[in-house]
Amino acid sequence: MSILVIAEHDNASLVGATLNTVTAAHQIGGDIDLLIAGNGCSAAAQEATQVFGVNRVLLADDPSLEGQLAENIANLVVSIAGNYSHVLTAATTFGKNFMPRAAALLDMSQISEISEVISADTFVRPVYAGNAMAKVQSSDKIKLITVRTTKFDPAAATGGSAAVETIETLADSGLSRFLGLSSSDSERVELTSAAIVISGGRGMQNGENFHMLESVADKLGAAVGASRAAVDAGFVPNEYQVGQTGKVIAPDLYIAVGISGAIQHLAGMKDSKTIVAINKDSEAPIFQVSDYGLVADLFEAVPELDKAL
Amino acid sequence: MKVLVGVKRVLDPQVKARVKADKSGIDLTNAKMTMNPFCENAVEEAIRLREAGSIEEVVALSIGVAKSEETLRNALALGADRAILVLTEEVLEPLAIAKVFKAIVEKESPGLVLVGKQSIDDDCNQTGQMLSALLDWPQATFASNLELVDGTALVTREVDSGLETINVNMPAVISADLRLNVPRYASLPNVMKAKRKPLEKINLADLGLDTANRMTTIEVMEPPARAAGVMVESVAELVDKLRNEAKVI
Repeated sequence: MSILVIAEHDNASLVGATLNTVTAAHQIGGDIDLLIAGNGCSAAAQEATQVFGVNRVLLADDPSLEGQLAENIANLVVSIAGNYSHVLTAATTFGKNFMPRAAALLDMSQISEISEVISADTFVRPVYAGNAMAKVQSSDKIKLITVRTTKFDPAAATGGSAAVETIETLADSGLSRFLGLSSSDSERVELTSAAIVISGGRGMQNGENFHMLESVADKLGAAVGASRAAVDAGFVPNEYQVGQTGKVIAPDLYIAVGISGAIQHLAGMKDSKTIVAINKDSEAPIFQVSDYGLVADLFEAVPELDKAL
Repeated sequence: MKVLVGVKRVLDPQVKARVKADKSGIDLTNAKMTMNPFCENAVEEAIRLREAGSIEEVVALSIGVAKSEETLRNALALGADRAILVLTEEVLEPLAIAKVFKAIVEKESPGLVLVGKQSIDDDCNQTGQMLSALLDWPQATFASNLELVDGTALVTREVDSGLETINVNMPAVISADLRLNVPRYASLPNVMKAKRKPLEKINLADLGLDTANRMTTIEVMEPPARAAGVMVESVAELVDKLRNEAKVI
């Protein structure tokens, strides 16, 4: 068996989720090739050679891959997929975007967001926002898989010695154009890789009040997240959203502040090792999944927590 | 121009899914069913495009059991002009759903297909991408803003690192994220009117497609439960527990 892992990167370096995906590939077993596709991405490829357990790094460096548009990435993946028994990528917005496209072009199904490898053709994946786990067996010749990265430890970023092979790129599809990416500037640690996350919900009342959480986050080296309700209300940008259809995270410590605990939010954080809930409503469902619950007015409790740290 | 919009009948997202005792799936007996939330965003966007004069007709498509007619009637009550129901008792995988969509696209020739980015039952997040691949159309997934400009679509996409803007040729497949719009409610007069709007039924078998599933569900299990936690009385006690018991700060 041989496995192709499509790396997520920003041309300069790998996104952490790629390392978790490599671990899922290890568990399936076989030679692992890592594809780096982008425009001016040789630095990311060099970093990829160090990842433990990677056999080869395939480098596709071409202006057509600027912005990593789904049409061009999918065509590239299809052009080399025939050499592999499995094609894996992280279930991030990058992976979710191109992988189903590649699968359909190959007339293969996609197995979305696997959380466990049972064997080379059998996997477990969460359904219904993680309220059930489905064990599925695929009969497709090539298994195209996205990986729920919180369920796999990251592979070691060093210790590998893979060779870089440049592969042939394809013409731009001409179907779509990348215009730009805007991110909220933050010096804080990234939500998906943070060991501690403090999130706010509708109870925060407005965006200004999130500064209280940021202050606590800075003391703990934590990232700041939010419930869907807080994002919908415009308190914070979409990249803060934790939940079934936002980011799925599993930090060592998750502090939920003013979050009631809707099913779709719990789906994004209930695998966290320790969960703290601060809410003034003692009946809030968030307390059913929390290790430590505090019934309190967050506008008193959060400043007090800030002082105590 | 015509817009084809996909709607899926799913378990109400406010209802907790219960695993069947024989582990064959989720028990949907007498469960409250509704339109998938992301499909509501797709329907709303299509209706707004028509209200803005950018398109002429909104056609809603659902693929599933006969009761999916309720979901389509809901789309018609919200403002879709007519509906198509492709009938099947089978639970199709996204690849097969995309093939059915493609057959309807070839029949209807829409200038745009709008779908939800994900359905909240199987959580696959595949159909829109697969459909655009099969049609060799561009795709714009996880859309939080859509503008039609000079025969192209300018789309803002919600991605992990922020907001991405792309421009795609038309026809295109666009998948809706939650912030694309706030779906309206159907008024009672519109619910009544929807009962008389045209709804075409097609048997899946009559489309002559290979929709065989590629995956077998071996079993569906309950997720591991979390051990019950404790309530603390004060912030001081909380900080003490986090430091000395959980040792996480």
